[in-house]
Amino acid sequence: MKPAVRIVDLHKSFGANEVLKGVSMEVEPGKTVAVMGGSGSGKSVLIKHVVQLLLPDSGEVWYGDKRMDLLRGKELDDQRLTIGYLFQGGALFDSMSVAENFDFVLDRHTSLTLAERKDRIEELLTWVELEEKFNASPADLSGGQRKRIALARGIALDPKLMLFDEPTTGLDPVSVRLVSDLIVRLRDELDMTSIVITHDLLCAEIAADHVNFLFEGLILESGTLDEVQRSDKPELRNFFGG
Amino acid sequence: MSLRLTIRPTDRRESIAQFLDKVGDFGRFVASFFRDGFRRPWEVRELLRQMDEVGTRSFLLTGVTGLAIGAVLAMQSRGTLIQFGAEAMLPNMLALSIIKEIGPVLTALVLAGRLGAGIGAEIGSMRVTEQIDAIEVMALRPLNYLVVTRVLACVIMFPVLTVWTDALGLFGGYLESALSSQIDPRLYLDTAFTSIRFSDVLADTMKTAIFGGIVGMVSCYLGFRVRGGTRAVGQAAMQSVVASSVLIILADLFVVRLSLLLFGDIAS
Ligand SMILES: Nc1ncnc2c1ncn2[C@@H]1O[C@H](COP(=O)(O)OP(=O)(O)OP(=O)(O)O)[C@@H](O)[C@H]1O
Ligand SMILES: [Mg+2]
Repeated sequence: MKPAVRIVDLHKSFGANEVLKGVSMEVEPGKTVAVMGGSGSGKSVLIKHVVQLLLPDSGEVWYGDKRMDLLRGKELDDQRLTIGYLFQGGALFDSMSVAENFDFVLDRHTSLTLAERKDRIEELLTWVELEEKFNASPADLSGGQRKRIALARGIALDPKLMLFDEPTTGLDPVSVRLVSDLIVRLRDELDMTSIVITHDLLCAEIAADHVNFLFEGLILESGTLDEVQRSDKPELRNFFGG
Repeated sequence: MSLRLTIRPTDRRESIAQFLDKVGDFGRFVASFFRDGFRRPWEVRELLRQMDEVGTRSFLLTGVTGLAIGAVLAMQSRGTLIQFGAEAMLPNMLALSIIKEIGPVLTALVLAGRLGAGIGAEIGSMRVTEQIDAIEVMALRPLNYLVVTRVLACVIMFPVLTVWTDALGLFGGYLESALSSQIDPRLYLDTAFTSIRFSDVLADTMKTAIFGGIVGMVSCYLGFRVRGGTRAVGQAAMQSVVASSVLIILADLFVVRLSLLLFGDIAS
C-alpha cells in the first residue's frame, strides 16, 4: 500500500545546530507510528515539517501524493485542513474559553450553524470525557485535562492524519492510559493515521504499531516496540534502561 | 566542568550587524503586512474586541493624564504670561500647546507604554506556547487574526483617545484657571479656539494614527519574533515600549516638519 506519509532524507539545521541529518521514515495509512528519542533529539522539529511549520534544508516530505514542503497558499491550506496537530504544550488559546477554542476552528472552516457547532463541541468534549469543561477557561484546567481538550480540538475537523507531540508527557499513569486509549480508538474507530512523538514506554506500548527511534538527527532503529527495545545498540539500551 | 558564570563582552560590530538584521527583518514584516494583511478572511469580531481593548480600557488612563497635564500647564504658564501682561492669552496658549503637541504625543506615549507591553507580551507568549503555530496549522492566518486586528485597532483608536485627552487637558486647564482666577467657561472656550484652525486640529490629531500604527506594528513584530521562554517574552514587552516610544518621537519630528512645509505655520 502507498504510505500516507513519507519522509525522505530530511536535513534541517538552525544556524550551526544541525538537528536532522537525513531522516527517512514512512507511515502506512491507518497505522500509528511512534517516534521516540531523547530530549532535544529533534522529534518536534521532525513532525513540524509534516505540516510545513518548518521548511527543510533538503529532503522531501510526502503526504499522500503531495509534497508538503513545496505546497503554497490554498493548496497548502487544503492539506493542512486534513491534518490535526496536538502541540507539546497543548497550545490552547488562553484568551478564549474551552468552547471558543473549538469554535475558533469550526466557525471559520465549516458551514455549521451555531447550534450544530455547539453539538459538535459537546460531542468532542464527551469523547475526551470532559463535557463539564465547556465553559471553563484553559488556565483553570490541569495539565492532563489541557492535553485532552487540545486533542479533541485537534480532531474537530475530522482529520485523516493526526500528529501528536508528546501527548502523555507529564501525566499520571491513569491519564497516560486514557490518552493512549484515545489514540488507539482514533485508529480503530475512525481509521486515522497517526504519528506519535513520545518518550513514554506505556504510551508507545498501548498505541504504537511501529516505532522509530531518533538519535542525534538520524533514525537509529525502526521496528515494533519489542524489536526496538531488544536492539543491542548502546544508545537504545541506554534509553530503555536495559 | 566549571559552573562559574562567564560574562562575555559584547562584540560591538556583531551587535550592529544584528541590529541591521533586525531592521531588515522588521521591514519584511511590514511589507508582508501590507501585501497579505488586507485580504480575506476579515476578522471583524476580533477587530472590535481589540478596539475595545485598546480604546475603552485606556479612557481612564489617558483622561487622568490629560486632566493633570492641562492643570499643570495652566499653573506653570500663568506666571510667565502675567509678567508680559498677557494673562488673558492663557486659554489660547493652553489650547495651542495641548492640541498641537502635548495631547497627541502624550497620549501616544502613554498608550505605547500600556499597549506596547501588552501586545508584545501577549503575542510573545502566544509564540512560545505555540498558539501562533496552532493558528497556522488550522489553515488560518496569524497575520490577519493577530496582527492586522491589533494594528488597525491602534490606528483607529489613537486619534479618538487623543481627542479625549485634548478635551480633558483643556478642561483641566479651565478648572485650574477657574480656581485661581474666576474665569467664565464661555470666555475660556472662545479664547481657547481663536487661534486654532480646524485643519490644524485635524492634522495634529490624525498624526496619532501613524503613532498607533507604529505601536501596533512594532509590538506585534517583537512579539512574533520571540524565541525561547518567559524571559524572552518579558524582553519583547520591554523592547516594544522602548522602540515604540522612540519611534513615536522621531515620527513626530518628521510629521511636524512635513506639515509645516505643507500647511505653513499658524502665524503665516
Ligand atoms: N525554531 C527553532 N529555531 C532554532 N532552533 C530550534 C528551533 N526549533 C528547535 N530548535 C532546536 O532544535 C533542537 C531539537 O529541538 P526539538 O524541539 O525538536 O527537540 P525534541 O526532540 O522535541 O525534544 P523534547 O523531547 O524536549 O521536546 C534543539 O536543540 C532546539 O534548540
Ligand atoms: Mg519536542
